[in-house]
Parts: sequence; structure tokens; C-alpha cells
Amino acid sequence: MKYEAVIGLEVHAQLLTETKIFCGCSTKFGSEPNTQTCPICIGMPGVLPVLNRKAVEYIVRTGLALGCDISSHSRFARKNYFYPDLPKGYQISQFELPLCENGYLDVSSDEGTRRINLTRIHLEEDAGKNIHEGSVNNSFVDLNRAGVSLMEIVSEPDIRRPHEAVEFVKKIREIVRYIGVCDGNMEQGSLRCDANVSVRPEGQSEYGVKAEIKNMNSFKFIESAVEYEIYRQIKTLKEGGKIIQETRLWNTERGITESMRSKEGSHDYRYFPDPDLMPVNLDSGWIDKLRNETGELPEVRRNRYAADYAMSEEDAFLLTADRHTSEWFEKAVLAGCDPKVTVNWIKGDLMRLLNEDGRQISDCPLNPVHLAGMLDLVKKGTISGKIAKTVFEEMYRTGNDAETVVREKGLVQMSDESGLETIIDEILANSPGEIERFRAGDQKLMGFFVGQVMKNTGGKANPKIVNELLRKKL
Amino acid sequence: MNIDHLALLARLELTDSEKILFSSQVENVITYIDKLNELDTGSIEPTAHILPVSNVFREDELKPSLPREIALQNAPEEQDGLYCVPKIIE
Repeated sequence: MKYEAVIGLEVHAQLLTETKIFCGCSTKFGSEPNTQTCPICIGMPGVLPVLNRKAVEYIVRTGLALGCDISSHSRFARKNYFYPDLPKGYQISQFELPLCENGYLDVSSDEGTRRINLTRIHLEEDAGKNIHEGSVNNSFVDLNRAGVSLMEIVSEPDIRRPHEAVEFVKKIREIVRYIGVCDGNMEQGSLRCDANVSVRPEGQSEYGVKAEIKNMNSFKFIESAVEYEIYRQIKTLKEGGKIIQETRLWNTERGITESMRSKEGSHDYRYFPDPDLMPVNLDSGWIDKLRNETGELPEVRRNRYAADYAMSEEDAFLLTADRHTSEWFEKAVLAGCDPKVTVNWIKGDLMRLLNEDGRQISDCPLNPVHLAGMLDLVKKGTISGKIAKTVFEEMYRTGNDAETVVREKGLVQMSDESGLETIIDEILANSPGEIERFRAGDQKLMGFFVGQVMKNTGGKANPKIVNELLRKKL
Repeated sequence: MNIDHLALLARLELTDSEKILFSSQVENVITYIDKLNELDTGSIEPTAHILPVSNVFREDELKPSLPREIALQNAPEEQDGLYCVPKIIE
């Protein structure tokens, strides 16, 4: 019998809020344990959570980017269970009336583009971190992460293959990074995913019993874990066994998924509306404002670059890898830069300079408008293409515009013939041997003479005029 | 209604006599709620909250957190700035 896999994903993305979802504690990663907690996030009696407005705005922007229906009326619920990383004994989440519903994401697959529908996106608080190493009898808990704002993006069971699951998460990551609501850092757990996996005989419409693989934080794990789980379930069924509904964990070292605990069914969480939190009503004015802030999505932008600028796919991907890079590019083009020339400057010198400084393009000191000014000077012949590299770097270092840099550094191209002639005469007078060889037919020595002039003028000589003068004199 | 299951979810350890006692009490509560279910609420808007208040937000602004020694004061056990609990996985 042939089996097919049915996969649904839950992607947890930590929102880029500075403070937690219901209190003013910092969300900074990597601080000393238990230094970013307060009575609200460690669940002291009598405290009142108050919702972070930015968390709502970020999830709505995500919903808009993913084609969701934004709920005009939404509320929070308590999900009840006991675990040491959950100080209140319940997690504040959303059950009925989540902030975003429906929506979809198109992913590329072996079978062409496949549409993966979304069930919902809801807001919730993160739990703390359990540490199991260091003692035989104890586990340890750091509550810095407890109460950090998370959104959970839930897909329909529309995914059929491990690589589609990876594509789905990659694309979600690209979008949330691009619209600036999540940093997508999988190593630090800012983006992680659970997969619900089941198998069924091909052609059967009912779903099989599913297992949930929890907390995968790399694309490689997702692919390997889902692949292994499908293999395990098919093998179990073929050997006459039964799949039980359970939570499993991916064991990186052994390359297999392992049973974690028998999964409590949804009703065991005893969800009920949280009386401490007021409902959220989103009016269309607010949603429109957020729609405008969300802007053009990377995929749309890439298609536009390809159509309008005949840009290669590789370049378009590079520019849209994050929002700030493409914004820098957009500003430069708007200021009059040629798109292709701009991409080359970004790919080359700009990336190099930023890398050297360990800087992000979002705090790039070089104003894209100044690139336009510099390209103008090249066009007018005020500076040479070679000097432009120096000017570019200097604009980056100082934040000044091209004209200021050229003036202050004396980088104006020498096009003045009589001045250049004097220099050339001097060089020729000192190179009788080379002249003789050149005249005997060694044309390569032209490069030597041009090089000497450039060296003498600090690279400022206009190469075209130098060439002309040299040819005349030789 | 399974009292053992309920006790497990609430992490309560019940004696046999408590199980008998609570079973009947919980049964009574459920019977009462079933009575409420007899009401026709089809034309009534669901209520999320008894107060007519919505959209209560705070701005995303940092507030000081508790000093760690204060935060950990209620922990039965702590070690190196961490809450210390019985081992939770094998």
C-alpha cells in the first residue's frame, strides 16, 4: 500500500517588542537568568496584565501580509496546564476569536507552486526556559522568557512533503523579518516550529492519527524530523502497529524522533476567557493604518524589480533579503541612480564596508542620495570610476556627500591637458628604456606609462585624456 | 466525569474517601450547569467580559524588573539564580 503524509505546522514567532506582552519587563535575549521578571510575569496573586499595543499591531501586520481576515473583535483565553516554566498554571493565549483567521502562503514544491492555507494567527505569552542539565534530581527554571510576546501561525494540514514544510517556514521567516515584526533568529528561538504529522493510505480522505513534533529550531531539523516521522509512521503501520497521538521530540544526535509525553487532548486545557484582559476591537481605520505600514512584500518587490529593472533573480533576492537593504536601494533609485549600477555598489563596496564594521544596513552612515550625487560626478567626468571607489568609502566613513568629499580630499579628476602634459613629459624623460621597447613593438608597456601617470597624480588623472596624450607623444 | 482524571489535571492527590465526596459534589455542579443549558441563549450576544470596556493597552515601554533576590524569595529552592524544581524529564 502507498501512503501519503499530511503535515500541518505551527510556527511560533517572537515579536520584536521591547517589553513583554503584558508587563514592562525587557525581552532582551541572553541576560542573567531571572533578572527580567516582575510580579505580573511570574504570576504573583492580585496582579493585572495589560496588553502591549505594539504586539497587537505586529500580529495584525503579519496577518495582512499573509492575506488573513483581521478580526474586528478578539479576546484572550487561559490555557490551563501545569509545568514548571509556566508560573501562573495557565498560559494567556487566544482560543475563540483570535486576531487573524484564514490567509494563505504559496510555496514552491516539486509539484510547482502549492498553496498552503492558514487556519489562524493568534497572540500568546511565551513560557520560561527549563534547564535539565547540571543535576540528576532537579531541573532549573529561568523565567526571563516567561511573558514574552509570541504569535503562533497555524497552517491547515495542507503540506505533503518535508521540503514543503521547510519552504513554508523559510517564507514565513522571510516575511516576518521583512515587515520587521520578528528577527527570525532560529538559534535563539525567536522563530521555532511544531509539526503535526500523520500518514494515510493514498486516496483516503480521513486523516490518520497524528503525532506532534515540538520545538524545531532549524530548517535542517524540520526536514530531517518530518522525514523521519513519516518513515516511522509508515513502517509502524506496515508492521501492523498503531500510531498513538503523542508529542515527540527530535533527537539531533540519534537522528530520530522520540516520544515525550502522551498528549493531553485539547479539552484538557480547559480554555476559558481571561477575565483580567479586555477584548480587543480593531476598527477599519486602525487596520488601514497598519496595512500602509506593512508596505510591499518581498515577493511582490522581487517581481517588480525583475519586470521594471530586468534584474537577475539573484540580485532581486539579495536586495529583498531584508527590508532595509531594499529600502536603501529604493531611495538610491528614487534619487536618480541607475538600478543596475546601484545593485553593484550595494553588492560590492557597501556590503564589504558594512561587514568590516559589523554594521547593519539599517544604520548605514552612507545616505543613498549621496550615491546619486557621486554617480553624477562620474558621469560629468569630475571624478574617475577608480576614484569613485575612494569617494564611496569616504562618504561611508564621514557621512558627507560626494562633492564635499571630492573637494576636501582634492579628488577632482585632472582633465587639464597642459598639466597632464608636464607630468607625462617628465615620466617619459625618465623612461628611455621603456620608450625604446614600446616603439620596438611592446604594446603592453602602454599600461606601464598610464600606471606611472596615475601614480604621479594619485589616481586623479582622466584616463581617457592620458591615453590620448601618451599615444600622441609616443 | 472521572475524578481521577480531574485530580490529575489539577495535580491533586485525593484519598479514596475524598474521591467519593468530591465526585458527588462535582456531579452536583455539573447538574446545575446543565440546568443553565436549558435556557435559550440563541438571541444573546456572547459576553467576553462583564464590563463594557475594550482596547486597554500599554505602550511598549520598559519598566524596571524585580531584583533577582526578591523575585526568587518565594521559591522553595533556588540555585545559581535559578528556580530549582524536581526533575521533569528522564
